[in-house]
Amino acid sequence: MAALENVSRRAVLLGLGAGALVLSLGLPSLAQEPEEPLKFGADAMPHGWRDDPRLFVSIAPDGTVTVTIHRSEMGQGVRTSIAMAVADELEADWSRVRVAQAPGDEPTFGNQDTDGSRSLRHFFGPMRRAGAAARQMLREAAAAEWGVPVDDVVAENHVLSHAASGKQAGYGDMAARAAEGEIPAREALVLKSPDRFRYIGRTDVGLIDNPGIVTGTAIYGMDAKAEGMLFAVVARPPVVGGRAVSHDAEAALKVPGVQRVVMIDPPPQPSAFQPLGGVAVIATNTWAAMRGRDALNIQWEDGPHGAYDSEAFKAELEQAARSTDGVVVRNQGDALAALQQAQRKVEAEYYIPHLAQAPMEPPAALAIIRDGRCEIWACVQAPQVTRVRVAEKLGLPPEAVTVNVTLLGGGFGRKSKPDFAIEAALLSREMDGAPVKVVWTRDDDLHHGFYHTVSVERLEAALDDSGRPVAWLHRTAAPTIGSIFAPDPMQKLPFELGMGLTNMPLDIPNVRAENPKAQAHTRIGWYRSVSNIPHAFAIQSFIAELAHEAGRDHRDYLLDVIGPARKIDPTELGDVWNYGEDPARYPVDTGRLRRVIETATEAAGWGREMPARRGLGLAAHYSFVSYVAVVAEVEVGEDGSVRIPAAHIAIDCGPHVNPDRIRSQMEGAVIMGSGQALMSQITFARGRAQQNNFDTYPVPRMDTAPREIHVHLVGGGDYGQPLGGVGEPGLPPVTPAIINAIFAATGQRIRRLPVGNQLSS
Amino acid sequence: MDITVNGQARSFEGDPEMPLLWYLRDELGLTGAKFGCGAGLCGACVVHIDGVASFSCVTPMTVAEGTQVVTIEGLSPDGTHPVQAAWQQLNVAQCGYCQAGQIMQAAALLAETPAPTDADIDAAMSQNICRCGTYPRIRAAIKRAAGQGA
Ligand code: FES
Ligand code: FES
Repeated sequence: MAALENVSRRAVLLGLGAGALVLSLGLPSLAQEPEEPLKFGADAMPHGWRDDPRLFVSIAPDGTVTVTIHRSEMGQGVRTSIAMAVADELEADWSRVRVAQAPGDEPTFGNQDTDGSRSLRHFFGPMRRAGAAARQMLREAAAAEWGVPVDDVVAENHVLSHAASGKQAGYGDMAARAAEGEIPAREALVLKSPDRFRYIGRTDVGLIDNPGIVTGTAIYGMDAKAEGMLFAVVARPPVVGGRAVSHDAEAALKVPGVQRVVMIDPPPQPSAFQPLGGVAVIATNTWAAMRGRDALNIQWEDGPHGAYDSEAFKAELEQAARSTDGVVVRNQGDALAALQQAQRKVEAEYYIPHLAQAPMEPPAALAIIRDGRCEIWACVQAPQVTRVRVAEKLGLPPEAVTVNVTLLGGGFGRKSKPDFAIEAALLSREMDGAPVKVVWTRDDDLHHGFYHTVSVERLEAALDDSGRPVAWLHRTAAPTIGSIFAPDPMQKLPFELGMGLTNMPLDIPNVRAENPKAQAHTRIGWYRSVSNIPHAFAIQSFIAELAHEAGRDHRDYLLDVIGPARKIDPTELGDVWNYGEDPARYPVDTGRLRRVIETATEAAGWGREMPARRGLGLAAHYSFVSYVAVVAEVEVGEDGSVRIPAAHIAIDCGPHVNPDRIRSQMEGAVIMGSGQALMSQITFARGRAQQNNFDTYPVPRMDTAPREIHVHLVGGGDYGQPLGGVGEPGLPPVTPAIINAIFAATGQRIRRLPVGNQLSS
Repeated sequence: MDITVNGQARSFEGDPEMPLLWYLRDELGLTGAKFGCGAGLCGACVVHIDGVASFSCVTPMTVAEGTQVVTIEGLSPDGTHPVQAAWQQLNVAQCGYCQAGQIMQAAALLAETPAPTDADIDAAMSQNICRCGTYPRIRAAIKRAAGQGA
């Protein structure tokens, strides 16, 4: 019966339903492992990593293996990929592997912030070890049961066997005994050699969430349900820092189904991850809540950002980017002197607008408060952060808050902010703890985002007689993500600068980067690949411009400017961040950058004759410790419309865990990047975001998206090498490749995103 | 108001202007049809109304009244409709949120046009947005499902 007790404790711990989870022995011992000195990679993340098999592997008597996934699934395939790593080392039969989602609990599971393209980079090793340890425990159990030496017991494809005696048992048969065994020492674990991998690196392992997705039974935050659930929408101040001064609650309450109208106080600014405040309408269904909200007739007071206007702000950023008083964030040689003396000088300014992540699923969260505890179901990228912030807001200890992570209908950085879960908790409290689901509409999502920043990037270069740059000056003016945490920091943070600016690896003797001031007038947040977007767009466009000025082939010129294959310590360039990774393990490797460029251009037939108004464009970028090059083929119609019949994208992200998901991430990156190039932007007037829905915030569709997308995986055979990121690094080079292709097709250089109708005149 | 959903007779007493989507999701608990825009712009909410792919988010109950509605939950008893099968074989989904709408749109396309051209696929499927960018695989999966004689 001890097993059953453990089962129920475990079931409570994980919020799982039925199922006997025998290998799990309940709560892990907190003293399980001394934390190493926290420094780089997963070690440097809050709560680090765990590899205790009891946390991540459970085996039922019928042999069903359940892998607990502590990272959020938002389309990157992490639930499948982590399960592949565990199941492979466990020697589990994939058809008998299930996954369960861990709640937000970093002290137990290690870091859960699903961002920064880190899940496999940081957890491939720990998850393999968890699988290997569980396999070892099964072998020990069988050895003890059969009275044979453990070395003679083989665990293969869900079967334990002893050749000499002919004894055999299934994993389920030995699970209970294994659960009582010792956890093997980490150092004693023997991991599989890659030639014996069953799943890792294979392309034929289907998505573990496929069945739920294709039958509509997969549960997202928007789909969370509870008995007696109420539905809420919130009218939020249209200008950040604003507040509702009056509203008509009576009118809203007249809508059948509306139960309550509740004021949510606006937070002090800067507001970090707090909800914006406003007026909430709670009803018996979503439609009634939305109709009630329409009836509120709110008068808003706008606060200090009521004049935010994107056109005026663009001029302000341009001014800043032309000024010489920015902070010098990188300096090699004497770029200013070299520019002054230069015979040939090129300069250009690039504008990259605000963007909204616009995940297909708008934010949504369900909260219930009962018996001094709060339970949340939400599509969050950072469940521990959610737990802590909800607890703070409710005045509860974090242990009294359970955050159940649903599937995420896309995240792209938006759902790393738990504001919507906090709203649900506050509204549940208003309703005496009744279950309340907060639903964001698309308008809410586009009007009240944590937007990608807006930038002006100014570049200047001095060219020698051969047309090669001898001096390079880059000024970046953009509001910082830091502005949501501290009052007007005005300066980009090291991690933002380290996204392609301070670690720019071009082989140029005189390089200077400056960061002039820029004030934030709305909430700035992470958006897939973050500051790499403006930096890569500007740098990769500018190199193409220089190649043109020099009269040279763009690919040859780019390879020339990158210089010979070498491994650069990013700290020597001026990047102290390096995506949180050890610069010795993760140097900037120009050889790898060259190789993805060579791969993509060869595959695309670089240099081939193109018909009129067709062109190939190239860009390459290093980000999230991976290397990506893109060649886009575009066709520009006489009316200025742009079609992208084909794109080639080559990535070197180190070893491959789930190659099919690397491919799908690259496909998605090409399509998302085409939207940034051609159509998507958020603009502000009178402090308000001007885009309401997918009519005014267009994103690529089947007929406008790049048609043939060819993904090339470069490198990756050596599992002893460190892993790179996958979810984000595909995106940054896509947009400049398309813009460079437009130049090749038309001779028109686009320096302001998106292209929109700039080609139609 | 009477309506048939996935073969089951239902009756509804609430706001006749309520879009079918919210009736399905909030009243019946059928959350397969998704909310993406609420304005007929993204296709996440597509269901079949009398066999026609329709945006349930902009279909008031007054219009849905008396019709046969099929949602993703009712497309096949066990997820083996040729479109669902092709979607699994090609691992079309990324986050999956748009895919119920994509599958319902594709199933209606193939019911009408069993061997669609690229232009047919563009015309039908451009009503649906996938923010994750799964369009190349959607196209391939439709062709595969068509090959199976859907
Ligand atoms: S939710 Fe109906 S079309 Fe977008
Ligand atoms: S799979 Fe994520 S929106 Fe389509």
